Order: sequence, then structure tokens, then C-alpha cells
Amino acid sequence: MGDGQRPVRLRPPVHTLDARAVGYWRTLLLLMTVVPVAVLGLLGALIAPARWWLLGPAAAVAAVGLGCALLLPPWWFRTHRWEVTEEAVYVSTGALWRQWRIAPMSRIQTVDTVRGPLERAFRLSTVTVTTASARGALRIEGLDHEVAAELAERLTRITHQTPGDAT
Amino acid sequence: MTPEDGPPLHGPDDEGPDDEGPWLRIDRRAMAVAALTAAGLAVGAGVPVLLGITGGALGSAPLWQLLLLPLGAVLLAAGGAGLEYLRWSRTRYRVGARRAELHTGLLLLKRRSLARERIRSVDLTAPPLLRVFGLVKVRIGTGEQLEGGESTLQLHPVSRAEGERLRRLLLDRSGPRTDADADRDGELARLDGRWIRYAPLSFGTLVLAAAAAGGPLQISEWFGAQGALIDWVGDRFRSTAIVWTVLALLVLATAAGTVGALGLWVELWWGYRLTREPGGTLRVRRGLFTTRSLTIEERRLRGVDLVEPLGARLSGAARIDAVATGLRRDSEKNGDGNTLLPVAPKAVADALAAAVLRTPESPTGAPLVRHPRAALGRRLRRALAAALLPLAVLAALAWVFGPPFTGLAVVTALVLLPVAALLARDAYRSLGHALSGGYLVTRSGTLRRSTVALQRSGVIGWTVRQSLFQRRAGLLTLTATTAAGAGGYDIHDADRDEGLAFAATAVPGLLEPFLIPGPPEDTADHPGP
Repeated sequence: MGDGQRPVRLRPPVHTLDARAVGYWRTLLLLMTVVPVAVLGLLGALIAPARWWLLGPAAAVAAVGLGCALLLPPWWFRTHRWEVTEEAVYVSTGALWRQWRIAPMSRIQTVDTVRGPLERAFRLSTVTVTTASARGALRIEGLDHEVAAELAERLTRITHQTPGDAT
Repeated sequence: MTPEDGPPLHGPDDEGPDDEGPWLRIDRRAMAVAALTAAGLAVGAGVPVLLGITGGALGSAPLWQLLLLPLGAVLLAAGGAGLEYLRWSRTRYRVGARRAELHTGLLLLKRRSLARERIRSVDLTAPPLLRVFGLVKVRIGTGEQLEGGESTLQLHPVSRAEGERLRRLLLDRSGPRTDADADRDGELARLDGRWIRYAPLSFGTLVLAAAAAGGPLQISEWFGAQGALIDWVGDRFRSTAIVWTVLALLVLATAAGTVGALGLWVELWWGYRLTREPGGTLRVRRGLFTTRSLTIEERRLRGVDLVEPLGARLSGAARIDAVATGLRRDSEKNGDGNTLLPVAPKAVADALAAAVLRTPESPTGAPLVRHPRAALGRRLRRALAAALLPLAVLAALAWVFGPPFTGLAVVTALVLLPVAALLARDAYRSLGHALSGGYLVTRSGTLRRSTVALQRSGVIGWTVRQSLFQRRAGLLTLTATTAAGAGGYDIHDADRDEGLAFAATAVPGLLEPFLIPGPPEDTADHPGP
């Protein structure tokens, strides 16, 4: 290894998430904004002396939340990608803090599919792939639920064919 | 019990047909131990309470109050022994040709059975009370990390001879052996009394010093004599300036902390021996009052971690921890549960690491690739930010209240800022990574510098992280995930191109399919054409 390194980079994984993930994230962010804004707004309406001290932050939180809900999901949609080859599962996440995770097929221990209530409303699923490492789990959030079920089934089949105890 | 499929096997070392070994009981003396423990608890909890009630003057208490204490102790002891009798009578275990089984439980019968081929560790522990009776606690583990429950059998207690028999039986896969063979593979390390000089250099000394200062205050409070104690100390220093008083007390506390650290070291490491035993296991034996025995199958050893706490590093010493799959989580928290060698001279540590890993040279001593200067900048900024926080508070106080705080702020700034810069520089110089034979080596840390040598075949995945700042500086952080130890080991702030190439080389075939040649991606959001 010398100084004359060829520039290399990680290529983005092949698949994007389901397009409905943008709506799902947007709803999630809006819900996370609505709760504190509602509490602050209600208190502001009831407690007259501190009204502006409460409504001010409420407006600020609402503005930030709306901005995030508008801008972040499309950005996330571009950076959250996944790919499954014969040898490995490859996932990229994050926007400001990018993360690329790779787990070889032979080391996969369990494959879980989870659907929360909001995800169900958008017909989305999260697939979690765990390895023997305490820090090695891969999450693919926001897959169409049929794609997710297919993927989980395929991963389970491949990992069953692989010998060894995956440590 | 699950019925075994297939015909019963008659191995050379089993006690009969498959899974029909005799059911055994834990040792009867468990009841005596439980009675003594309960009585000890009663006295330990009763004395401060009684002192509290009587206001510290035992002599003035009515006789019936004084009698409460032995009476309670006897009752508790009897209760403890009774419960233990129930537990004893309902606990049995056996080791068959294929499975080790334990049936236990007071109200709910618990049956646990481990496949013998999966058993990875047998640990014997003997706290002082058990030692007096010649007993040990045996913990049989498979090294699997199951959610919501560990897959271990705990026999508490059995006689020392039975513990040794189980350990040999369960871990020696090379057939039956006699005692004479037991240590044939030899001793890798043995305690050197001179290593005790590193004991006071640990951070534990500071903790013990604080305890030395806090302990008397707490105990005197039980007697309602805290004020008197403070007055008494004040009297000793009546004619001394406050600065000297504080200094003298600090010296006293440090001396007490040092004595404590030395004592603790003796208790933990007395009789330390690291041996390699037949069947491919490493065994650590140590302890003065509580004897501990840790057995690690070499098959599940994924590397070693050469740890250099600041004090030890400055005096040229290091400790060796095992990086192995299935070591108990709690023992990692305690810090010394997976230690193979206490803090010893660096040369000794390197030699031992090589011996443990069966390599000619220790991979932890390999020359490392340094990280780009940009990594120094990140460390400096972080250290200064951490130092500026208390400074900002002091500056605000100085601005509001004036002189006394102004001086304090200036002094703090003069001390904190250079220290922060020095630590940042040291943290940067610690960074490095390399490949050494079959091992991946990564080093980081300043207060606790850690050089991990991880088997390349033990890497079960990569995580690559890059923040916005790292992207601009051309850095990235790599994490080699593994089933062993901490679950993943980081290579912080490596050069982007060199780091990715390194990861691809370290574990062939894993990262390569996802690497493409190309200039730094400024628009990281956009997928390739």
C-alpha cells in the first residue's frame, strides 16, 4: 500500500426503496412535529402570562418540522439504497452521515420482517438482517411489503444452504 | 428431555449409553454456605441499623435490642439453609455422551440442556466462603448470544474435584487423559511480582482514593459522628494554611488509593498462570481470596486486544485481553473477565500475544499505516470544543461576578487548552492500521489506547461511515464487524482511497464487488449513471 492509491469509491447499491417511502417518512416527520407543537400551542392558549414564551417555540418547532418534512425525505430516498447479490447484502443509508453496510451471505443468522402501524398504512415493511456480530445488523426500511417478503424468503433460503455457524 | 435420534453411541469417555449418565446432585455443603451467607447479611445490615436506632452508643441500648441481632441472624441463617435445602433437593445434573443437562427450580421446574459439541467454556469460580468449604461454582457456556436468555448452565456449588472433572470432560475433545497429561502443552505466562509496580498507575487508584476520602465520612455518619470527624481533622491542621491542608489531605487520599490498588491487584492476580491445555484451550488461573479460572477454546479466539491505559503506556507497559466469541457480556463490563495478561512490560505483552496467537511475531507490534493529517484536525477541534465548554461557563461567571472568577477562568484556560491539544495530538499519533499475516490490526485511543489484532477470517462484514466533514476531508471510518469481543472494531478517519483498498484486501471478495474506480464523489446523493 503506497501513497499512489487509485481513487476508488463505493458504488451505490442497485435498488432504491419503494417510492411510497417518501410519503411514509414525510408523515412520520409531520407526526413527530405535530405532537410537541400541539402541546405547546395548547399550553400557550391556556396560560395567558406565558403565552408568547410558549407560542414562539411552537412556531419555531413547526417551521423546522415542516422544513424537514419537505426537504429530507426526497434526499433520504436518493441515499437509502439496497442490493442483494449471491454473496452479500449491501445497504446504504444516511444523508449527512452516510453509512454503507456489507454482510456476506455466509454470516447471516436471522432475517426478520417488521411492519409498524404507519408502515402498514403505506404497505411498507422493514427487513432486518442480523449477523453474529452485536454491531453488524442491517436494516432495509421502506420496502414494498411484497418485495420485503420475497427478499426475506430468498435470504432465508440462501442462508439455510450455507454451512457453518456464521461466527 | 428430548429423545435423541439414532442409536446410542458408546464413546470412550462417557458414562454409559447416550444421555444415560447418572443424575448427580450439587454439593450438600451448599446449605452451610447459604446459612453463613444469610447470617452474614443479617449482621452486615443489622449493625448499622442498630447503631442508627441507638444513636451510636451500643452500651446504652436495652438488652432486648441487642438480642435482636443474633436472633435475626439465626432466623435468617435457618431460613437460608431451608431454602437452599429445597433448591439442593430439586437440582440435579448429568453429562451424557451428547448433552449436558440441568434440572432445577423451586416452584417452576426448569430444564436446560446443552449440546456438548456446542460447549465453549467452563469457568470455575471460588469466592472465599466456597473456598473454605472446598467448593467451586461452575459455569458452562456455549458462547451463543441468545436473545432473552443466556445459554449457560450454572452449578452452584460442586466440590473442587468435581468442577475439575467437568472442566476436563467437557472441554477436552481429544479423548480421555490422565492428570499427568493435563499441563503438557505448557505454561505461556506466570505472574511476575514486579508487575505490581504498574498497579497504582491505573485509573482505579483515583476511584479508590475517592473512596478512601468518602468511606470514613459515610461510616462516621452511621455513628452520628460526621461533624466530630470533620472537626477532628480540622483540629489537626489548625495552625496550617488552607492550601497545605488540602494538599496534605490529597496526599493522604492518594496514598490510601495506592495501597488499595496494590491490595486489589494482589487479590485479582495472585497465583496468575496462563496455560495452553490439551484439546486446544487457553486457561487463566488467578486470585488470592476468590480464585478464578477462565477457560477459552482457541477455536473461538478471534484475536487479542493490547490495551495500554495512559499510566501504563507512559511507563512502557500493556495488558492483553482476549477477543473471543461468546465471552460473557457482564465480564466485559467488569473489565478483567477476558484479560489474558495483567499490565506487564510491553515486551512481555507482545511476546505473550504472539504465543497465544501462535504467530512468530505479535501482529500487535506490526508497523502501522498512519492516517492523514486531516484526522488530526478533527481531533483538535473535538478536544478544544470539549475544553471550551467549562471555559465558557467560567467566562460567563467572570463577566457577571468579576475578579475571583476571572482568575479562575484564566488558570483553567492555561491548564485545559494545552492538555486538550496534547491529548488530541496523542490520539492522532495513536491512529493506525495494517495487515500482519492473517490478522487485521487497528489502533486508536489516548487515555486507553487499544491495539486490536483481529483474525481476517473472523471479519463478518464491513460498515463504512462518512460524515459530511469526513467527505470534505477525504476521510472515512471503517468498522470490521465480528462475532467476537465488542462486535466490531473501528479504523477511525482513514484516508478514503487507502482505507477502502485496505478493507478490500483484508477480506478478499467481500468489499470488491461494490467498489468502482472513480474520483471523489462530490455529489454523493446521485447514483451512478
